[in-house]
Amino acid sequence: MKYLREFHDPATAAALAKELAYAGNSFARSGRSAVIMEVCGTHTMAIARHGIRSLLPPNIQLISGPGCPVCVTEPGYIDTAIELARRGVIVVTFGDLLAVPGSESSLANARAAGARIVVCYSPAETLRIAAQHQNSEVVFLAVGFETTIAPIVSTLEAASKNGVKNLSFLTAFKRVIPAMKALVSDTSNRIDAFLCPGHVSAIIGVEPYQEIATSGIPCVIAGFEPIDILQALLKLVDMVKNKEASVINLYSRVVRQRGNPKAQELIDTFLVPSAARWRGLGEIPDSGFSFRETWRHFDAEARHGVRIPEGRQYRGCLCGEIVKGKIPPEQCSHFGRKCTPESPVGPCMVSSEGTCAAYYKYISVQRS
Amino acid sequence: MCLAVPMKLIDIKNDGFATAEAGGPLQEVNISLIEDPRPGDYVIVHAGFAIEKLDDKEAMARLALFDMHGQPHQSPDK
Ligand code: SF4
Repeated sequence: MKYLREFHDPATAAALAKELAYAGNSFARSGRSAVIMEVCGTHTMAIARHGIRSLLPPNIQLISGPGCPVCVTEPGYIDTAIELARRGVIVVTFGDLLAVPGSESSLANARAAGARIVVCYSPAETLRIAAQHQNSEVVFLAVGFETTIAPIVSTLEAASKNGVKNLSFLTAFKRVIPAMKALVSDTSNRIDAFLCPGHVSAIIGVEPYQEIATSGIPCVIAGFEPIDILQALLKLVDMVKNKEASVINLYSRVVRQRGNPKAQELIDTFLVPSAARWRGLGEIPDSGFSFRETWRHFDAEARHGVRIPEGRQYRGCLCGEIVKGKIPPEQCSHFGRKCTPESPVGPCMVSSEGTCAAYYKYISVQRS
Repeated sequence: MCLAVPMKLIDIKNDGFATAEAGGPLQEVNISLIEDPRPGDYVIVHAGFAIEKLDDKEAMARLALFDMHGQPHQSPDK
């Protein structure tokens, strides 16, 4: 595929890797250290897959952040989805959520026990499902960051235009910028630079990161190919070294300065920023979205009289610390023992973009 | 669930969808989130929706940086 091959070119990647190792070593000699957070789960995966961590000297630490929507979803959300399914509602979900343990069970277990839980690839499929089951209530499990929120809201708009009456959305929407700000302002966290998500930025644009850069933390927006990531890390190491902090968009083939205005307008029509709870980070002001009053009838909580509780965390699962970048998965005593992708204890091991899953798949394999 | 992939638009239909390909069989992609989609456009597809177009010029400009330098600068101590 065009644009994949080019940004994968081994010779260029090798040259960049060499340059990064050199920049890292020269920075190391200065006796300073840097902590760079990759916010997005797809970056976590790509970094693990290409072994990029191993290129960095020990004083440049690359930590994983909260950018996997499954991993920051609270068990109470799963509990509520299961409760709706038990009441006979048809629950439509992205496949990633199936195995996430709720307080007591998972959607996969509920489905095995007979609940009507349908896996979809695109939220647009819920329209067809709702049309085919006009006598049933259909609920879409609407989790995700801005990249996923836009397609979901577009589906909502189509549902509203077509007068669909039996469809609602159980939302756990998340906004990236407020979470990054919360991480920065938590003084027990050390983050010197951000590798910023490529496809969230395709929606929100470059400008929202300015506030973070102004607070002294350099931000580089990058794509997901090895060359994209290596280039971004070089820029970040450079900025940290020179004590500069600005926002640099290295993914300009996809990310425009102002993002995608059509998607932003659509989101703004239906949703309004509100506080949201994140696993591990707790409640963060303005870090989610709720329905505007006019569209409340699409809100599954209002429509079905349910309220998402906090739910019970799994004993010993350290996903909360992991999404803050405070510890690597190996420090969790369950990692690779009780907790594996086949039998996950926590959400960070469930999603393919989860930090624990990425480490399990690539890093532990490399070591053994 | 967050995976997004580049695809090429083949045929624009008038119901807000297009057929698109990424090396395999043709797929249906919702194009209501992008401006002025045309056959031949490369787009980033996430959850069945094109979320943004790929900009040829920007991609080429970035790649050209490497062509120009050939190898990025050599470290003096190697
Ligand atoms: S290894 Fe498993 S139990 Fe430990 S933090 Fe990761 S997901 Fe949770």
